[in-house]
Parts: sequence; C-alpha cells; structure tokens
Amino acid sequence: MAETLLFNALREAIDEEMARDDTVFVLGEDVGHYGGSYKVTKDLYDKYGEFRVLDTPIAENSFTGMAVGAAMTGLRPIIEGMNMGFLLLAFNQIANNAGMLRYTSGGNYKIPMVIRGPGGVGRQLGAEHSQRLEAYFQAVPGLRIVACSTPYNAKGLLKAAIRDDNPVLFFEHVLLYNLKQDLPEGEYLVPIDRAEVVRPGKDVTILTYSRMRHHVLQAVKTLEKKGFDPEVIDLISLKPLDFETIGASIRKTHRVIVVEECMKTGGIGAEIIASINDRFFDELDAPVLRLSSQDIPTPYNGKLESLTIVQPKKIEEAVEKMMALQI
Amino acid sequence: MVQERTLPVFQATSAKISKAEGLMLYEDMILGRFFEDKCAEMYYRGKMFGFVHLYNGQEAVSTGVIRALRQGEDFVCSTYRDHVHALSAGVPAREVLAELFGKETGCSKGRGGSMHMFSAEHKLLGGFAFIGEGIPVALGAAYQSKYRRHAMRDKSADQVSVSFFGDGTTNNGQFFECLNMAALWKLPMIFVVENNKWAIGMAHERASSQTEIYRKAAVFGMPGVEVDGMDVLAVRAAAQTAIARARAGEGPTLIECLTYRFRGHSLADPDELRSKAEKEAWQARDPIKKFEAYLLEQNLANQEELKDIERRIQAVVDDAVKFAEESPEPNPDELYRYIFAED
Repeated sequence: MAETLLFNALREAIDEEMARDDTVFVLGEDVGHYGGSYKVTKDLYDKYGEFRVLDTPIAENSFTGMAVGAAMTGLRPIIEGMNMGFLLLAFNQIANNAGMLRYTSGGNYKIPMVIRGPGGVGRQLGAEHSQRLEAYFQAVPGLRIVACSTPYNAKGLLKAAIRDDNPVLFFEHVLLYNLKQDLPEGEYLVPIDRAEVVRPGKDVTILTYSRMRHHVLQAVKTLEKKGFDPEVIDLISLKPLDFETIGASIRKTHRVIVVEECMKTGGIGAEIIASINDRFFDELDAPVLRLSSQDIPTPYNGKLESLTIVQPKKIEEAVEKMMALQI
Repeated sequence: MVQERTLPVFQATSAKISKAEGLMLYEDMILGRFFEDKCAEMYYRGKMFGFVHLYNGQEAVSTGVIRALRQGEDFVCSTYRDHVHALSAGVPAREVLAELFGKETGCSKGRGGSMHMFSAEHKLLGGFAFIGEGIPVALGAAYQSKYRRHAMRDKSADQVSVSFFGDGTTNNGQFFECLNMAALWKLPMIFVVENNKWAIGMAHERASSQTEIYRKAAVFGMPGVEVDGMDVLAVRAAAQTAIARARAGEGPTLIECLTYRFRGHSLADPDELRSKAEKEAWQARDPIKKFEAYLLEQNLANQEELKDIERRIQAVVDDAVKFAEESPEPNPDELYRYIFAED
C-alpha cells in the first residue's frame, strides 16, 4: 500500500497505460513541458517524448477533432481539458464526431478516446471556471460519462477508460486532486459502468457523484449519530446509469435523494428521477428528492458561492425530512 | 458579375500522362458526372431524401487529387458534398447509391445519408456536414501517420491525409487552427479548397477580406498553390507535388482549386443569386469536355474509346440503382446498433 494523492493516482494510471500500449498518447494545453495544470502529466513528457505527450496550441475544437481522427485511425488519445469548461469550445467535435460518428458511419469507425480534466465548482474561480459539463453532454448519444471521486477509483477508472473502445468523458474535480488514500501495489482496474455502494444502509438511498460524495459522507456522520442508516451510492458512471445497483438499493430503501453539483435544470438528477419513475415507481414510498446547485452562474463571492452548491447541512435536513414522512 | 480571377496557366503537355492514366482519369470524372446526374433524377423521383449536394462541374478536383493518392492507404476527408469524393476513393457506386436510398447495403449502413459517406476500407474518413469540422479529423489521421513513423518506429507509415472543403470554410477558425498545427508539426496533410465562389448564397468576395485563399498558407510558412480547378491535369500535377512533399516528411500544402458547381448548392436550392452570364462562362469550361478534347488532341484516346467508357459507366450507375432499389432497409431491431463500439 502506498499513500497516493488523487492527481498522482491519475498520473500513475496514464503512465501505466502508456507503458503498456504505445498507441496511447496524451494531448492538450500544457500537458508536456508544464506537466499539466494540476500536474497529472508531470514528467511524462521526459519519459515518453513529444509525440506521445503533445503540447497543443490553444485550439480546443481543432485538437479535439484531431484526437477523433487519430482515434478513428487506430491510436488511443487522451485529451486533457486544462479546465473541463474550456471544452465548451470543443462541443461540436465532442458531440458530432466523438459521440455520433460511429453510429452515423454505420459502424465503420471506433473512437477510443478519453477526454479528462478538472470540472466542478472550485474555490472562487468565477462562473466560467466552475462548470458542470456532465449535464450538458449527457444528451449526446455515444458518449460514456464517468466521474471519479477518490484516489482509488480515479486510478482504476482512468485505466479502464483508456482501454475502453468508446469515447469517454472523464470528470475529475478541481477540489479533489489532493485527496490522499492508500492504493494497492500493482495494477487494478475499476469498471467504468458500475456504481459504487459507498455505505450500505436501509433507510434511504442517496445517489451522488464526484465531490458531492464527500459532502454526503460528512452529512452521514451526523445522521448516524441521530440514528439514521442511509445507503450512499456513488454513481461513477453518469452515462449510462447503473440501474442494476440503483434498482437493488431502491428495492431495499424505497426512498431516494439525489445530491449533485450540477444545476437543477436539465441536470443529471433530472434524468435519474425520470428514469426512476419509469423503472421503479412502484417501489417508491416517497417522491424522489433532488438537491442540486442553484440555477445561476456560479458567483465569485465566497458566501454566495457556498450558497450555490449543496452543503452537508442541507443533506442532513433532506434525510430527516424524508424519514419523517409517514407512509 | 464580378471580375473573374485570372486562372493560372498550366501547360497540359508538361504533365506527360500515359494513355492508361488518361483513360483512368476520364473514367473517374465520367463516373462522378453520371452518378450525380442519376442522383438528381432519383431525388426528383422521390427515391432519396434530405439535403443532397451535387458535385457537377467540380469533377477535376476529386479526380485530380484522389486519383493521385495511393488508393485504400491514404486518407480522404470530405464534406456534405461527398458522393464523388467517395467514388474517387474507390467506394463502389452501389454502396454510395444504396446509402442515398437509406439501405442497409449503403457504405454507412443507411445511417448516414448523403452528407455522411464513410468507408474505413477505402480510408474515407467521412462526409462531414458542418463547415470545417472534417479538417481536424483529417489532421488527426495525418498525425497518426507521423506518430506511427516516429513514436512507434513503423517505417511503412507514410500515409498522406487530404481534407477537402469549400471557400466558405476558409473563414472558419478550424481552417486556420489546422493550418497552424499541420505546419507546426510538419504533418503529411493536404488542404484542398474547392473554391466554387459561392457558399450557398454568400458570394466569396462578400465573405472574405482576402479572396485569394492560397495566399493564406504563406503566413503559416506553408506552400499555397493556386490551380485551375477545371483542368484535371493541373490539379493532378499540384496534388502530386503536394503528396510527394507530404510523404517525404516535408509537411503540408494548401491547394486552392478555382472551380464551379454547375447546379445549385443543394437540390433544394432555387439558385437565384448566381447570374446567367457567370454560369454560362463556367459551363463553357466544363472539365470533362476540356479533358476529352485534350485526350483526342494528344491522340491518347479516340472517340470510340471514350464512348466505350461512357457506356460502361452508364451501366455501372444503372446497376447501382438496381442494387440500391433491391437492397433491404436496415432492420428496425438494429435501431440501437453502432452506438457503442461493442455493438
């Protein structure tokens, strides 16, 4: 076991996969000489050279399209979005070409690529650097969307994403890069299409992902003291959703709270709730509750910013309120 | 009518083509022309749907460039006006027409349609329907060639990648971004502008501050070549020089082909803005007629040989129609197939 920071866990994943398969390469802004804006590709340039750790000009849409072309012709690119928000500038290439091209081509081409980088609301980074693009991209057919949340799952998921033959949007969180955890020696993979039951419980299912997992766990500590026994599920795969794990939990608890960092309107939670209604309505003892960020551009001011995203206290209140409902 | 640009002079006899090459080029242009004429007929007969953009008039560009490539090895990337690029790249007429009919036997299994022809087998990276979005994809294929050669030490990796696009695209950021990256990394890439003067109804000189597109290469330190896009031999010669450069690792070239589409932007375009005089002036420079005259003049072919080709190609196109009509529709049970790589 070695204590590893999350950004280093990601770095190890990339390093191991590049050593294993010489078609794997990294491209993006400042991934080479600079080592990545959060040091996820530190020293890889020295180890693998300029072709395999490619510093690109600041041209998101074009270098993303270039990665699509490289993936179509047999390479396995990993794009680093310096900040995932910048990939709004690459929306066309991600949606039309990474996402849809395989289908539109009638299966002529595969697009094995990973688009990864820091997303989410950081600390007073302002609206443009505090995006939750997973909500914007979830409607695009053909994309897989994954969010990591711990050093352990970050490493195993990224390795699995690199080996996957589909385009994978891989969301890291800007405030989680310095999380520490003991990681196993040797190689391991974590499947990118499975949710993780973080804490088994019987009262209520809390579905969450990315940094909100940690807010939920903070709330759970208080809730445990009050005698509640919530089940916490980290979705991991935001698309497709793992309804096997979600469904098994709902059949046990019959109550669901979604805690997410994206905005409420058109968010991941909106899709989950609609799908739960489609699939598990008869299992529910209460309407599904959704805790999301406010529907506003993330404000710079620290107090306003903390009011914008879901805080642990709100999660406690939501669980208590839901458990108080008499059936 | 705006003053036409003076066309660059090309000495056709300097091309020194063999009889076999001449007939091959002629046949490819005839295929493009006959195929598109048949498409117009089938569209008006209700056999194909959606937006259909025909290539009539621009055949010398497709044939001149693609037929100078190594078929099935070098990459071709097209736009929404992609039928003829697909044919020149070797995709059988049957598969292109079946795609237009939305059939399972189409090159994109009926999922793509007129603007989305794909064939991995023929290294056709696709028809890309949004302006400029194919250029980065072609750049990726070029990067892949260079990557294999240098990072994976595959000495056989010298494939060239060609991206076709129109004058309208050259005001889009992806064009400039990719010129920069291709030159910066000396990629085996050829940018082919089919300047047909009109982006639907937007005249080129109303959209571009610098209308001579080939000049835009210079600021990236890249050769920019202006060529008469109605002269297949001129296009072929420019392409051969660019291909040799790219294969030798000397980097990209921008080729601006001055050409003209003989039909509207699409079959849905009333084509009201282009003047009769302009259309007639360009019709008089029909690339097929021009090349036919050259072949006869140079005694590279006689009338009967050319008629033979036309008869044979007409049969190919008629056979493609029959094939497409008789082909099955995609199976509705496979509606979700091809979303993911495992399908």
